[in-house]
Amino acid sequence: MSVPAEWQQNLAKAFSNRSFLIGLIITGLIALTAVLSFVWTPYAVGTLDIAGKLKPPSEAHWLGTDHYGRDILSMIMVGSRNSIAVALVSVVIGIAVGVPLGLWAAARGGLIDEILMRFNDLVFAFPALLSAVMITAVFGPGAVNAIIAIGIFNIPVFARVARGAALVLWPREYILAARASGKGALRITVEHILPNMANLLIVQATIQFSLGILAEAGLSYVGLGSQPPMPSWGRMLFEAQTMISLAPHMALFPGLAIVVTVLGLNLLGDGLRDVLDPRLRRDR
Amino acid sequence: MLSYASKRVLIGIATMLAASIVVFAVLEVVPGDPARLMLGMNATEDAVRALQEQMGLNQPLLVRYFHWLGGLLTGNLGRSYTYAVPVIDLITERIAVSLPLALISLALSTTIALPVGLFSASRRGTISDTATMGAAQIGVAIPNFWFALLLVYIFAVTLRLVPAGGFPGWSAGMWPALKSLILPSIALALPQAAILARVTRSALLDVLGEDYIRTARAKGLTRRSVLYRHALRNALIPILTILGLQFAFLLAGTIIIENVFYLPGLGRLVFQAITQRDLIVVEGVVMLLVATVILINLLVDLSYAVVDPRLRGRT
Repeated sequence: MSVPAEWQQNLAKAFSNRSFLIGLIITGLIALTAVLSFVWTPYAVGTLDIAGKLKPPSEAHWLGTDHYGRDILSMIMVGSRNSIAVALVSVVIGIAVGVPLGLWAAARGGLIDEILMRFNDLVFAFPALLSAVMITAVFGPGAVNAIIAIGIFNIPVFARVARGAALVLWPREYILAARASGKGALRITVEHILPNMANLLIVQATIQFSLGILAEAGLSYVGLGSQPPMPSWGRMLFEAQTMISLAPHMALFPGLAIVVTVLGLNLLGDGLRDVLDPRLRRDR
Repeated sequence: MLSYASKRVLIGIATMLAASIVVFAVLEVVPGDPARLMLGMNATEDAVRALQEQMGLNQPLLVRYFHWLGGLLTGNLGRSYTYAVPVIDLITERIAVSLPLALISLALSTTIALPVGLFSASRRGTISDTATMGAAQIGVAIPNFWFALLLVYIFAVTLRLVPAGGFPGWSAGMWPALKSLILPSIALALPQAAILARVTRSALLDVLGEDYIRTARAKGLTRRSVLYRHALRNALIPILTILGLQFAFLLAGTIIIENVFYLPGLGRLVFQAITQRDLIVVEGVVMLLVATVILINLLVDLSYAVVDPRLRGRT
């Protein structure tokens, strides 16, 4: 099998790719921060200190304090868990439902394919924010409903990628050989089609992850995401809005946290695409 | 051309119907009786029942759906439970804010992105290409509502050039109304422009690698005329696709941006309607936005055929 050699080659390519390296370092640091926040934050996020409220960055509070005197750095650290969790689970929903649907459509073709693609059109007609609005109208706001809304939007994205890739793979000779040897569509899909599209799915997952971070921030900003007292980047920005003339730092840092995280993921995604999928190189 | 177009139109109509079922079904399961909500806690059982009768709430689900659908087609979206005016009036009033906002943003982002993408593609691999695309990479990562907050801090709070929020209404005059839409449309447009610039650049680079471009250059056309006359036209398909998607994003994006700037548009209307459980308004606005998205996608699909004659024969 040539798989290990291919992976070694990819690894070597990855570590000479600037986008990938910068993205990996940023994403790694954010993930570490989220993990660290479980065991240590500079201050407890529940501690209010009204006397020390709205303080600009200082030695005691590196990123300043908010209108309740809470430490902004600690809140950003804990908030990262929320962003990552919502975006990650939404991606998992998208893959778990979308990929089998796409594979099924590609394997069966015909009517099933057509129905599935029209279903995709339907979901695409509801921008994530709009489905979140509807879901909230029914079930009320919360992190779980944000996950459902973003996850639903991810399903057709992955279905499309999986279907497109599978359609390219089905006419290949080794698939024909597998069919000739008597393997069924399901077995061929699992053994041959899926492993050969893993690269594409990894790249798409990175992209959807970063979109999920942005969507979660937007939803919690308008109050449809996770609810207090759990800190979230979007809601920190909402709270900062009324304080913008008194304490602009309250708006600056949570926003920067979002930008850095999304930027890191996008760079990682671009790098992965260059390494894993030469057909889609962005700098052709 | 006709078969391609008619198939697209049929799919558009079918999607619209399916969407109406989804919207109706989702909002039907909402707990709470609109009639009781309208009349308040102290209403008598008889009064509630009478209103239910009047609103047709005790009819079977299917009857109510077709009634609602019929209303949609004739522009009768029902009456708002809280404002006690026709939903269509509320929507027309608010769309006068949201639509100009979305259109200005789209125009702004296209005017910025196309030249930037062209510039970057024509200087591929140079420092200016790397710098522009680096800036675009950061632009893509910026949430529009955060960018909006920064704009408010700089241009409204510190420099006091424009209002920080609110909308005087078009009756207050063109300029005051437009002035209050400047920051919101910039906030919406810039992150979208970053995406569009990247797509424009890569679409152009894809096309510039084609054989017919080399032929055009070989027969003596200048780089400039190859870029504008051959490359740009052929790169239009991916650009149009993203433009269509962006309009949908911009419309949905107005929901958030209107909340940053306290603009009385469709987005604010939806949020108020949700908190007041005024579901018929939510239904109306969501359906309108979804229909717009489907219509835009249809127009994009049809414009492919105009841009790319090869598609006309296909079904």
